Amino acid sequence: MDTPLIEFKDVTKRFGSRTVLERVNLQIYEGQVTTIIGLSGAGKSVLLKHIIGLVTPDEGTIFFRGKPLTEMKKSEMTANLAQMSYMFQDNALFDSMTVYENIALPLRETTNLGEAEIDRRVVARIEQTELVEASHKYPSELSGGMQKRAALARALVTDPQIVLFDEPTTGQDPVRKNAILSMIAEYQRKFGFTAILVSHEIPDVCFISNRILALYDRTVVFQGTPEELENFDHPFHHEIIHSLEGLREELTGLHSRRQFEVLYRNQLKQRALDDTYCVVVFTLETLDDIIAAFGHEAGQKAIQTMGAFIDKHFGAIGGFSTRLHINEFVAMLSDCDLAEAEAIMEDFTRDFQDHGIQDIWNGASKQTDSEQCVDFTVLGGLAQGWPNTEIGAVIDLARSQQKEV
Amino acid sequence: MAMDRNQASLSQPDAEWRMATLLTAPSAAIGRGVFRWVRNLGAGSIFLLLALAMIFRPKQFHKIAQQIYYIGASSSLVILLVGLFTGMVLSLQSYHALVKFGAEGSLGTLVALSLIRELGPVLTAIMITARAGSAMTAEIGVQRISEQIDALGTMRIHPLKYLVSPRITASIISFPLLTGFFDLIGILGGYITGVMILGVNSGIYFHRVQASVELKDITDGFIKAIVFAVIVSTICCYQGYFAHMRTDSHGAKAVGRATTSAVVLSCVLILVADYMVTSLLI
Repeated sequence: MDTPLIEFKDVTKRFGSRTVLERVNLQIYEGQVTTIIGLSGAGKSVLLKHIIGLVTPDEGTIFFRGKPLTEMKKSEMTANLAQMSYMFQDNALFDSMTVYENIALPLRETTNLGEAEIDRRVVARIEQTELVEASHKYPSELSGGMQKRAALARALVTDPQIVLFDEPTTGQDPVRKNAILSMIAEYQRKFGFTAILVSHEIPDVCFISNRILALYDRTVVFQGTPEELENFDHPFHHEIIHSLEGLREELTGLHSRRQFEVLYRNQLKQRALDDTYCVVVFTLETLDDIIAAFGHEAGQKAIQTMGAFIDKHFGAIGGFSTRLHINEFVAMLSDCDLAEAEAIMEDFTRDFQDHGIQDIWNGASKQTDSEQCVDFTVLGGLAQGWPNTEIGAVIDLARSQQKEV
Repeated sequence: MAMDRNQASLSQPDAEWRMATLLTAPSAAIGRGVFRWVRNLGAGSIFLLLALAMIFRPKQFHKIAQQIYYIGASSSLVILLVGLFTGMVLSLQSYHALVKFGAEGSLGTLVALSLIRELGPVLTAIMITARAGSAMTAEIGVQRISEQIDALGTMRIHPLKYLVSPRITASIISFPLLTGFFDLIGILGGYITGVMILGVNSGIYFHRVQASVELKDITDGFIKAIVFAVIVSTICCYQGYFAHMRTDSHGAKAVGRATTSAVVLSCVLILVADYMVTSLLI
């Protein structure tokens, strides 16, 4: 693998007699979304502040592109910091400045851009973060969610290469929370910056993260992909992930992936070997188009509506569902053959066409005044499984059978 | 019995140690206080030097102008009122003392020299401390505890350059101007009481003012004003900037205590510095 962008080697940090980080080792790679997860008070924010130099380690070394920070000249440090931007947990907006002035501040103070160019960039960020009506208000006049978006706009206005997000979704409702994460993911794809998030919003952050770092008992106990985290056998997984994840996903109301697996295993135990079950995989194919046309909140409303309709149709007859990826859902129907499953799916399709699309449109039009239309494609695929078949293989089969519904 | 003897023998040095601690405690407390004072003096001096070094960095003019407006222009009304009544009461008291010696003609001299040499710079500095200095500490203190100063650092905006340097510069510009304003209004207040109420001759009053005041008196007054400006702005900004480092309180309470400390310390040091500068200039 390439040289890590940021690497911690045996980093220890104490505040008085309290050790917050102990021999922390981690690597963060360029161009990825890396999320640091852990319980509140585990030292996640302190870890993040080490990266931007707000806190220095008592022991150990931090490397930036392979070079220890302690060996860097001041000019090198300044150049590194110039590539970074930081979004604070409590936003740290200047309360004596309007939203517009807050977002313009880094451009006014650290660049030689003219006022017209500053205005263009600030207005663009204000529009992207849906803050047009709040641009001349003071932070104290805004809701928590709007303050968060203002802080996000300020963090992104300088087009940084590395953006550090300290609990970017704290205090948000499920739709806004996922809209902010979706926004971060979109900007990360669009501008190619390295995003480092601190969060305990599981599973929401897993949908947008390339890598997860788990902070537990003052040290990093896991580094890897979200998929690898699922199979991580450690007290962290049992104590922290389970407590953070909950039984149902906040946004869609569907079962969490862990709960889905538990239900699946329980069903298997009660089945004879020749009993069958069916798996349906749905994909909201045009999610990016919805976001582009109507914004991130509209996109999350669409996901929420999809989840509600899947639960309504498949939950009512004893099935259970979960969200696999940001726009992919899976529903399992036990005691069911393909013909029955197809009939249920047809029911779902009819109801979704009649009411679901309207609900999504209502959700989207609440977020925007735009009158434009967008192609709306939902894919669905069915597959049959037996108790001795791996669920993953059945899901893959259903995915491969997907067609427009 | 044996155990009691052991306990007695063990407690003997303990008692001695306690007695020694009790006796040395006051001097230890004084020592700690002196060390803390010297440390703060050193830190404050470095803080001031760094802030002064950033005065001529780019993009400072607008911020300095804003602070001059707040510290200077917005304080004019307070200075006008304090200056007017100081001059009036000074004139009233002096007239009754001078009239006993038949020297009421010297009223203009007494009012003008008292105001220009001493009362003008000192009272102006104290009034600005109360009005603008306390606001400096509170504003910077709140920005510190709400991580706004940390946010400046992450945006590569030096907090000393952005927050402190313009305030110190604006104070250095505003204090002498307000002192001059205070002196003028004070002399006018003296005129109102002395001439318009107590009947001193108007021509004599202004002649005495003109004849007794030398350029050195005015420049000395301005030098004092500049010294006070540096003291007040540095102390007020320093207390706010390091409000989070206070050991006696945290959060909003720390900002409150920092503001109180800033005002009290500034007022005391204005008077101490007044004596020292006067000794040097006289």
